Amino acid sequence: MDATNPVPPSKHPKAKVNAQDRTKRRMSVWLMMPSFILLLIFFITPMALTVLFSFTNLSLTGASASALHFIGFQNFVTMFKDPQLARSIWNTIIFVVLSAVIGQCFFGFLIAFMMRGKNTAFRRIVGLIIIAAWVTPEVVVGFCWVSFLGDNGTLNMIAHTLLGAKPVAWLYTFPMTAVVIANIWRGTAFSMMVFQTALDDIPQEVEEAAYMDGATRWQVVTHITIPMVRGTIATNMMLVTLQTLGVFTLIYTMTGGGPGNSTSTLPVFMYKQAFVSYQLGYGTAISLVLLAIGAIASILYMRILKVKL
Amino acid sequence: MMRENKAMRLLQYIILTIIALLFLLPLVWMLFSSVDPHAIQAIQLPKQPTLKNFSAILTDPTLMKSFGIGLLVSGFQSVFVVIVSVLAAYPLSRYPLPWKKPFLLSILFLTSLPMTAVIVPVYQMFLYMKLQNSLIATTIFMISTSLPYGIWMMKNFMDSVPGELEEAAWIDGASVWGGVRKVVMPLMLPGIFTIGIFTFTGSWGNFFVPFILITSPEKLPASVTIFQFFGNNGLVDYGQLAAFSVLYTLPVVVLYTFAQRYMSKGFSFGGATK
Repeated sequence: MDATNPVPPSKHPKAKVNAQDRTKRRMSVWLMMPSFILLLIFFITPMALTVLFSFTNLSLTGASASALHFIGFQNFVTMFKDPQLARSIWNTIIFVVLSAVIGQCFFGFLIAFMMRGKNTAFRRIVGLIIIAAWVTPEVVVGFCWVSFLGDNGTLNMIAHTLLGAKPVAWLYTFPMTAVVIANIWRGTAFSMMVFQTALDDIPQEVEEAAYMDGATRWQVVTHITIPMVRGTIATNMMLVTLQTLGVFTLIYTMTGGGPGNSTSTLPVFMYKQAFVSYQLGYGTAISLVLLAIGAIASILYMRILKVKL
Repeated sequence: MMRENKAMRLLQYIILTIIALLFLLPLVWMLFSSVDPHAIQAIQLPKQPTLKNFSAILTDPTLMKSFGIGLLVSGFQSVFVVIVSVLAAYPLSRYPLPWKKPFLLSILFLTSLPMTAVIVPVYQMFLYMKLQNSLIATTIFMISTSLPYGIWMMKNFMDSVPGELEEAAWIDGASVWGGVRKVVMPLMLPGIFTIGIFTFTGSWGNFFVPFILITSPEKLPASVTIFQFFGNNGLVDYGQLAAFSVLYTLPVVVLYTFAQRYMSKGFSFGGATK
């Protein structure tokens, strides 16, 4: 073989690899076909339709139910003039920030942190109780909290027996606080498990060394422990934010978005417009806002994760 | 941790105990009321605990039917999510594909979208295709919504099975399918169970989708029938509501206990992103 021309020897294997690659690609397409089809029909299409419908007068009843036509940005104009929308966006922000970003992350971290180095049986029991709240279906969580905070509920009973206090209609007087607390109760287990995994990965020597050098406990926590799980904290915050954005059932069961609009977050507001007032076009315009917030959060999340594929 | 003084340690034990009690309180109401025929809204120790509430639920054919429907929907959903995502995950994990990266990025992107947001167009599609009130169509929609998560997790689990093991099987004369069946699958069982159980519990607790897409009461799964307990004339039979809640929560708890030894792996983001 001519030493100055290395091309012919390498040509043959390459062609073979290409043929193999082609088979693999063809096979891949077949294997992924079911996923493609399902995602296309029930995921991508509805998302595209959300965009499309939000520019129409789509509704379930009335003249526009039969004559669907484009009305441009009218839904969005109505929406941004609608004081309920501003209220719902505000409610969503309050609900997500207080219950997910602050509540679940903080309590999750606190519990995971305090559980370190504790008695195994104790850890298991405490963990089990907190996880029980997490695996309980959302509707049941709603009921448990309604009975806890109801007019004749447990909290009023305790307040009455201990302090002689008059009953308070918690769900009417402090509706947002009530749903925030219920959501913290429900979601803390997830953050706790995430942080437990992260904290377990910190080599003990690092913290030990800091104590040796005379650092106080507080210094170790703020300068070593938290910085070492910073990535997990960010990821977890993003995940719980995304999970909490779409919460409908818990709020619907506990307050139905009320009283008034005081706990109406975007999903509840969307539901009311689309399925109670039958304004499907308007409903999709609201979904689009929710979808957009979710998409932005999702992109931020992928940035934080710095996904390597 | 070893340097904590005794008082600090004790304080932490106390705080954790208080937190655990606070977490327990709303659940205890459910447990107590379920065996109390005279249950009220507030928590109280049942004076004469009976299983009357349970037998009332268990002998009600409509309620039992809703449990059956729920089991079928969630069962089918988890089985199909597992099958379809195994199929998709294999090439994504093993083959060098030109469009792999954008595809996986889109999958990850889809996992985090709030699904509540697409229900209106889905409802409209169902109306248009006359699929409204169809349990099969609803199940297929629910399969699709869990797919991005399923594929993503399944690909990660499959990545953790070394390719060399499979190659060794090929050398021994196994086909691609044989390699998957005899080498990859057994090693992936924990992953498959995790995804299946995750899907099942998510589906079992899903109130919103059947609430919107299923209109006739006799087709509703347990997640929605429980709601009907509540609103009737403002009169609530708290004992039966609690008994239903216990029965409804039970399968998830059983599955979760079963899955727990595999699940801790799923919570490490370090492994999930590589």
